[in-house]
Amino acid sequence: MQLVLEKRAERSNTIALVSPLVAIGLTIATMIILFAILGKNPLLALHAYFIAPLTDGYSLQEIAVKATPLVMIAIGLSLCYLANAWNIGAEGQFLIGAVAGSWIAVKTQGTDAGAWVLPTMLVLAAAAGALYALIPAICKVKFGASEILTSLMLVYVADLFLDYLVRGPWRDPHGFNFPTTAEFDPVATVPLLIEGGRLHLGSIIALLVVAAAAILLGRTIKGFEIRVVGAAPRAARFGGFNADQLVVLTFAISGALAGLAGIIEVAGPVGHLQPGISPGYGFTAIIVAFLGRLNPLGILIAGLLLALTFIGGEQAQIAMKIPLDVTKVFQGILLFYVLACDSFILYRFRLVFPNRQVARGTH
Amino acid sequence: MRKSLLALAAGLLLAGSVSAASAADKLKVGFIYLGPVGDLGWTYQHELARQALVKELGDKIETTFLENVPEGPDAERSIEQLVRAGNKLIFTTSFGYMDPTLKVAKKYPNVHFEHATGYKRNPNMSTYSAKWYQGRYIQGLIAAKMSKSGVLGYIGSFPIPEVVSGINATVLAAQTINPNIKVKIIWANTWFDPGKEADAAKALIDQGADVIMQHTDSPAAMQIASERGKLAFGQDSEMIKFGPKTQLTSILDTWGPYYIARVKAELDGTWKSEDSWGGLDSHMFAMAPYTNMPDDVKKIAEDAQAAIIAGKLHPFKCPVIGQDGKEIECKGGDHLDDGQILGMNFYVKGIDDKLPGK
Repeated sequence: MQLVLEKRAERSNTIALVSPLVAIGLTIATMIILFAILGKNPLLALHAYFIAPLTDGYSLQEIAVKATPLVMIAIGLSLCYLANAWNIGAEGQFLIGAVAGSWIAVKTQGTDAGAWVLPTMLVLAAAAGALYALIPAICKVKFGASEILTSLMLVYVADLFLDYLVRGPWRDPHGFNFPTTAEFDPVATVPLLIEGGRLHLGSIIALLVVAAAAILLGRTIKGFEIRVVGAAPRAARFGGFNADQLVVLTFAISGALAGLAGIIEVAGPVGHLQPGISPGYGFTAIIVAFLGRLNPLGILIAGLLLALTFIGGEQAQIAMKIPLDVTKVFQGILLFYVLACDSFILYRFRLVFPNRQVARGTH
Repeated sequence: MRKSLLALAAGLLLAGSVSAASAADKLKVGFIYLGPVGDLGWTYQHELARQALVKELGDKIETTFLENVPEGPDAERSIEQLVRAGNKLIFTTSFGYMDPTLKVAKKYPNVHFEHATGYKRNPNMSTYSAKWYQGRYIQGLIAAKMSKSGVLGYIGSFPIPEVVSGINATVLAAQTINPNIKVKIIWANTWFDPGKEADAAKALIDQGADVIMQHTDSPAAMQIASERGKLAFGQDSEMIKFGPKTQLTSILDTWGPYYIARVKAELDGTWKSEDSWGGLDSHMFAMAPYTNMPDDVKKIAEDAQAAIIAGKLHPFKCPVIGQDGKEIECKGGDHLDDGQILGMNFYVKGIDDKLPGK
């Protein structure tokens, strides 16, 4: 008797619906065991992770703040991935956007520049992110270079460029040599939505991006082209769709969104440019994109869910003295189960009984 | 099974009221850590101090820490989470938490904050640090005596004044023994990254350094020096077990007495915003035993330590000559004053390198 994983004739819509729920159920079951082994009350721990952060306005704001860059970047990435273009370098585009936008903020510091500063920063950041993403895209369509490698390598270039700027020319003269620019002026700062909180305009922009992506994919010909090129490249060629053009387009959009997320993070919660502005948002967003099934609404939910585990993990650390590493294990287990369960949408297990006659025939 | 589940559920419901009751009895004290509690360096020493605090005042206080908090956008949230969890005195234990701590401090005037190694204060935000340059001076003497090649290797973290003053103190001391001493500096651009620290140590040894000193937090450099048969100084904590034949001494951060004093003040209601910058005399830090050196070198180190404690020896005794050959203005009488050391942004003469960003 043998257990075989075989491809389904067509995708199972039932499993597609049930799979995330099963994954979350399995994660919770595993975590209960893990908490019990650690000697923590599993119910209280799960409460700290999942429920407590949802019960007060402060934590809800923090979830939105944390999810904002993740969702924005993931939306852009999903367009790339749908079109079969593999942008792995959103982290670099995020950093370049942050740098480009900060340029205006640094140059206008202490002057009486007006309300044009922030909008210019946002536009410039998006443009810079798009241009930066075009490098791997053009290398792919012109020279056939693997965009996975080139986009990834450009992350380190961006990282070091930012590093150079804040250690050298843009360093805060009164910052005791610490690698950071001075705090941005109020006109160069993303406005807060709630007095005393940290929720900022960026979260609204992220929601608009989600809506725009949903319209693009669901209602426009371009969106249709993106999906067809990814799902059925041959059909797309027969249909006269230009795959190269779509690679360039989706890379540009995704770079622009990552760049925008970068400047919003810097001009929002951080308030100045420094190394370490991104705890790996560009990479975490790849997970968010797939967790959300490359669907705008799904990405919004996935981004919020991942943000919830960050905030919940912190509260579990405070309330239950559960080490930070458990939070990371927890995120890992969640992703593992989601991907494992998702594979049953296209595949299924089958018990295979060896056929005696065939077996005899081979002797 | 059913019963225990019910009990758990009841516990869950009661949790809020129970914790509120205990919070009223005990003072809640929070800590923000840069690294993991097991970094065996900077964060570990803060954690040891927290444990000492609990041992001393455990019946009156309840402590909480958040570890691995990056010095970026997440720090402000982490500090605020501690405030919202009811902590009334919060220690933020790295320079990079300065602005986030100040932001949260301004928002919650009734909570008291203690920020390590920074320079911004508020009526409810103190700063505390140690005069580590005194320990660096002693290390400089030992290093110059012990080095055969006359080349010292120095792993810097960030070129902030605290680190720069440490390099200068080391070199000024070493020059009193060997006027031609050379120091090679590598900036790791991190406080804690064992891989990078090990690479830096290897590169320094390859460049001829035979005594390794560090301003980063892990014992990685000590291990490399030990493998290569060189000598090294520990950092923050006792690292002798990583180099029993390698460690000369180590600057030990001993925050315990300070934490206990500040928490007692909070309990008495006498806490107020201060700037504490303690040296060897005030036990803000200590030197690990002088090991792996001949008795005469040990004596030089011990004499220097005694002279510093007695106030007879100041590492930045005037005249201090800058890299450009010009004498640094002497604002503290016969030595540089605290402000000049806290804002130190120049190399002394004899360092054959350029200060990053200069």
